[in-house]
Amino acid sequence: MLNKTTNSTPWQNPFIYCLAFTSGFIIMAIELLGGRILAPYFGSSIHIWGSIITVFMLSLSFGYLLGGKLSTGSASLAKYGSIFIIAGITVLPIALSAEWLMEAIFIAVEDTRYGSLLAAMVLFFIPTIILGMLSPYSVRLLVTDKNKSGQVAGMLYFVSTLGSALGTIITSFYLVMWFEVNSIIIFLSLLLIALGSFAVLLNKPAKAQVPNLEKASS
Amino acid sequence: MKRFLLLSLCVLLNVTSLVSTTVNAEVIHSERSLYRNIIVEDKGDLRCLKFNEKRNETHQSCMLKSDPEKLVFNYTKLLLASLLLTDNPERILIIGLGGGTMSNTLHQLYPQAYIDNVEIDPAVIKVARSYFSFFENERIKAFDKDGRIFVKRANLKKHKYDLIILDAYNGDYIPEHLLTAEFLQESKALLTDDGVLAANTFSVSKLYAHESATYQSVFGYFYNVKNQLNSNRIILAQKNYQLTAEKIAQRVEKLAKPLAKFDVNINELSDSMQSTRNYQDWPNNSKVLTDQFSPANLLNID
Repeated sequence: MLNKTTNSTPWQNPFIYCLAFTSGFIIMAIELLGGRILAPYFGSSIHIWGSIITVFMLSLSFGYLLGGKLSTGSASLAKYGSIFIIAGITVLPIALSAEWLMEAIFIAVEDTRYGSLLAAMVLFFIPTIILGMLSPYSVRLLVTDKNKSGQVAGMLYFVSTLGSALGTIITSFYLVMWFEVNSIIIFLSLLLIALGSFAVLLNKPAKAQVPNLEKASS
Repeated sequence: MKRFLLLSLCVLLNVTSLVSTTVNAEVIHSERSLYRNIIVEDKGDLRCLKFNEKRNETHQSCMLKSDPEKLVFNYTKLLLASLLLTDNPERILIIGLGGGTMSNTLHQLYPQAYIDNVEIDPAVIKVARSYFSFFENERIKAFDKDGRIFVKRANLKKHKYDLIILDAYNGDYIPEHLLTAEFLQESKALLTDDGVLAANTFSVSKLYAHESATYQSVFGYFYNVKNQLNSNRIILAQKNYQLTAEKIAQRVEKLAKPLAKFDVNINELSDSMQSTRNYQDWPNNSKVLTDQFSPANLLNID
């Protein structure tokens, strides 16, 4: 009983699910735009998608590993939020530096398969690792009861994968028709930073409240 | 037993094909390549390359087996209007091979010209060779590359072309990175000072306005060549837009005879050329397509 009240407030779990949904949405939106970003330099052949999907799967796998590792210490909403902020910052170069990075790779690597693989690596590897860290970290924050851990993980996969599905369809059907690629990337980056900051801010009063309550009761 | 069945099947097929010779099309080759279904179909004297089974209108390239030189398609004829804007092209770049008809025709008109054909699908190149007598020699080559990348690399090597023919869009799918201002800029950089780019594009759908605005943003005024019978339109864009009515008249005279052989009436073609300087048929505020904003396929849904 005590554990529950100090660890989480009623809005915290829905908020975490909401963040997990958004990160799922953003991962797939970026992956989809990746094809758009690489096309001018590496074409639109099947191996472009091979490169992009490989890099995303690889970095997500590392992200899950790292996120799980990171969650073993004293996990908090503040740390969770800072992962979002870092993810947001590392997403920005996809919009701001893609042009010269791809140009350099285009000149250095003649084979478009390895050129696109290298470019996808340079642009998407780090931000996707960080976005991947969020899933296991979410599980850590949500699980309070060992018996319900599977149920929580299932719910989380449901929410974040649903986010991915929507991120894919909304980006490819509508966003690319309404906005420029870079505008979408920058918006997603700012969204990550804003949500992360929100999580960090929400964490503090929750912690501050506990000693306050204790003082009031004593 | 199996052999017998096969044999009887063959006989049966033969009989049916004899019965319906000229009416029914006969598929003589079909394969699924990395990019599409490729079908070669014979219909009497007509041999066609199709990229999609379901819709009949998506003929990519056709030829008459008895007279391969004769151009069957309207748009291939329309593309030849580009010859009215440049003299004796020596270096030609063709993006989108199809059956190789354009390459063959230009080779016959200009035997000394170097022709680079760029086709993303190696299977299309093979089909062009085996079924459409696509001709290659030390001057005429086919590269299985993405058009955008070929153009970028050619720019790095400082290559120049007198004539670029862009025939990479079919009705079903547009490679969006080949329909942006940046791509046109790169193609323009490949042109010699008197060079011309001829693009086979669309005259329907919302895309028309965006496409026109994009060409205008890169080339300034350009020419449209259209034909009422066909939904194709050809864009002719020069590196330096010049009003050369006299020059065009001279070239019409020069080309009339050699082009007649291909069943092309160059007089008619020159009449159907329309400069956007005199007549702009799209709204001024149409958004230019760029690498950042290129929903060409979404805009092409009408």
